[in-house]
Amino acid sequence: MKNRPGLIGDYRADSAIFRNNVQRFWIVVLLVAAVVLGLGGTIPLIPGLIDFSMRGELLILGVSALFASIGAIGLNIVTGYAGQVSLGHAFFLGLGAFTAAVLGGTEVTRQVFDLATGQNVEKTVLVGYGLDMALWLPAAGIVAALAGLIISPVAFRLRGLYLAFVTLGLVFLGEHFFRESETLTGGVGIGRETGIPKLFGFRFDQPGEVFGVFMTKPQKLFFLGLILLVVMALVAKNLARSRIGRALAGVRDRDIAAEMMGINLARYKMIAFVVSSFYAGIAGALLYSAIGRLEPASFNLLLSIRYIAMILIGGAATIAGSIMGAFFITFLPRIVRWMAGLWFFGFISTSPAGGFVTASQFEQIMFGGLIVGFLIFEPLGLYGIWIRVRNYWKAWPFSY
Amino acid sequence: MTQFLQALINGTSLAAIYGLIALGFVIIYKSTQVLNFAQPALMLLGAYWVVYFATIIGWPFWAAVLMAAGLAALTGVLVERTALRPMVGKPVFAVAIMTIGLNTVITVVALDLLGVETRQVGDPWGLKFFQLGSLNIAHRQVAAIVAAVILVAALLAFFKYSRFGLAMRAAAFDQEVALTQGVSVTAVFAASWAIASVLAMVGGLLIGATPPGLDRSAGVVALKALPVVVIGGLDSIAGALVGALVVGIAEALTTTYQPIHAEFLGRNFAQVVPYLVMFLVLLVRPYGLFGTKEVERV
Repeated sequence: MKNRPGLIGDYRADSAIFRNNVQRFWIVVLLVAAVVLGLGGTIPLIPGLIDFSMRGELLILGVSALFASIGAIGLNIVTGYAGQVSLGHAFFLGLGAFTAAVLGGTEVTRQVFDLATGQNVEKTVLVGYGLDMALWLPAAGIVAALAGLIISPVAFRLRGLYLAFVTLGLVFLGEHFFRESETLTGGVGIGRETGIPKLFGFRFDQPGEVFGVFMTKPQKLFFLGLILLVVMALVAKNLARSRIGRALAGVRDRDIAAEMMGINLARYKMIAFVVSSFYAGIAGALLYSAIGRLEPASFNLLLSIRYIAMILIGGAATIAGSIMGAFFITFLPRIVRWMAGLWFFGFISTSPAGGFVTASQFEQIMFGGLIVGFLIFEPLGLYGIWIRVRNYWKAWPFSY
Repeated sequence: MTQFLQALINGTSLAAIYGLIALGFVIIYKSTQVLNFAQPALMLLGAYWVVYFATIIGWPFWAAVLMAAGLAALTGVLVERTALRPMVGKPVFAVAIMTIGLNTVITVVALDLLGVETRQVGDPWGLKFFQLGSLNIAHRQVAAIVAAVILVAALLAFFKYSRFGLAMRAAAFDQEVALTQGVSVTAVFAASWAIASVLAMVGGLLIGATPPGLDRSAGVVALKALPVVVIGGLDSIAGALVGALVVGIAEALTTTYQPIHAEFLGRNFAQVVPYLVMFLVLLVRPYGLFGTKEVERV
């Protein structure tokens, strides 16, 4: 056994987080690369030829991608692992974002003339408690998780497509709720400031020294995102490889058979929804607090579909796939703009009114086309492509 | 009382629009087991063709409608052949998600063609209305109801009496058995997409005839056909019609009464009522009012 490190001989090794040293090696390389990039360093992909660094806009996109990864992992738990199609992810993201905004944001008041007394009175326009991130971040997750808990009995009663419809309705009802509770959300088209990312007085949204290193705002947020993502991904991975994860896979693959084997469907569907919503709440709170403003109309069906696309393109029921998908979808606008600069994509116009299609329209088309394409050609997503490439080289030169 | 009856009439004409779009969903679901989230996009594109031929080129309205119907049918067949055929036999959910992707692609194209301004479909009904007692009934409302009744009756007759209709019913019942009996299942697939696309186009046309006209938000109206089919049951034509009536009337009643009696629910609450009704119905009957309960062998 000792001479064959690739051999998996027992269940412990089979369900380990990293199954072999190659994976352990690459995860360390990736983390080191992320830290170097976050610090503003340059990584030579091909030494002397192609360098890669994340500065300015790329770093900001990277921050968004890290936070979106947390949300994508959440959706993957309920849709990928447990097989319960949820189109309602935008609602949970929104709940998290607004909880964070209410708890962590600042109160806005306005002088209003009161007709009854004839005097100006102070009226609260926006509710905000200005709490610390140590409070609003978990609270955002918990509020979303509670909503998930309330939804889960419906999920227990319904299956497959009917569940997809209910969660779709949830997005519309949620959007209406966000639009109308103006003292909490600021109303359509206006929005409000989000929760201030300050942890025990340490501000993530202002540049400053950290352990003697000067960091800009995106850099600080990048490291916050990186640490949180690593923690949340590890928790999700452990959940997926433990008893709960196996039960969820059973529910996904054949719910009746799973029930016959003693898996309590109601309980495990509830767990899936609650955990998934918790992740969504955290992701929503972080995503928008990094941007600084949020608006109720942004939590629509399109956002849900973005997340569905992330896990489909990345790979359903894989943690690594969720992260890959989140990065891919977040960087898609940037990729499209890069493509627009190439001559054979000359029909894409970078100005909003010219050409055959504009860049943002082309992005939408790519987006839809990618979902269609991946479902037809590679249902396992980017993760599946990676597995194929790996197997090809594993067996090289006898790879056919 | 007048207010109530007026709301009923408004609701019925809304129901006619929802019913047509929902019928397309059900026909596609029954014959191909695909849940077609691309229906709103097909509706937008179909309605655009009417706009194009009737107002931009300036054809007579009915000629424009016929031409648009032809193009809509063609779009339906093309979409089925290129995107849906490779997915035959894949999990229902995967196909449904793929139609969401299709919806995005087609919507972008349709909206690009449509432009930013509100378009008129060039319909002959305009803003004219007649009075029945104390009720105001718009010509377009009558047109919507009549169009829906005629189309539904024609479709039901087609399924019941024509040879190809029988073939479609056979394929919906069991594709493999239908194949062995000489039914061309691929033709059935193509036909059901064509029919659904044309129905969506007529729905879009009727939405466009409703003031202020056809604009970018029309897709949201078409999405409300989803709660309609769910309330009725995904695989029931009668269910789709009943669901459309329930949703249309519930929405019209809410528009009339909610701003007076339940103002705290907020503006435009009527827009989300269909989803609320869907929630309630599904909680009581998980397969809709008329849907077939899934029976599974373990």
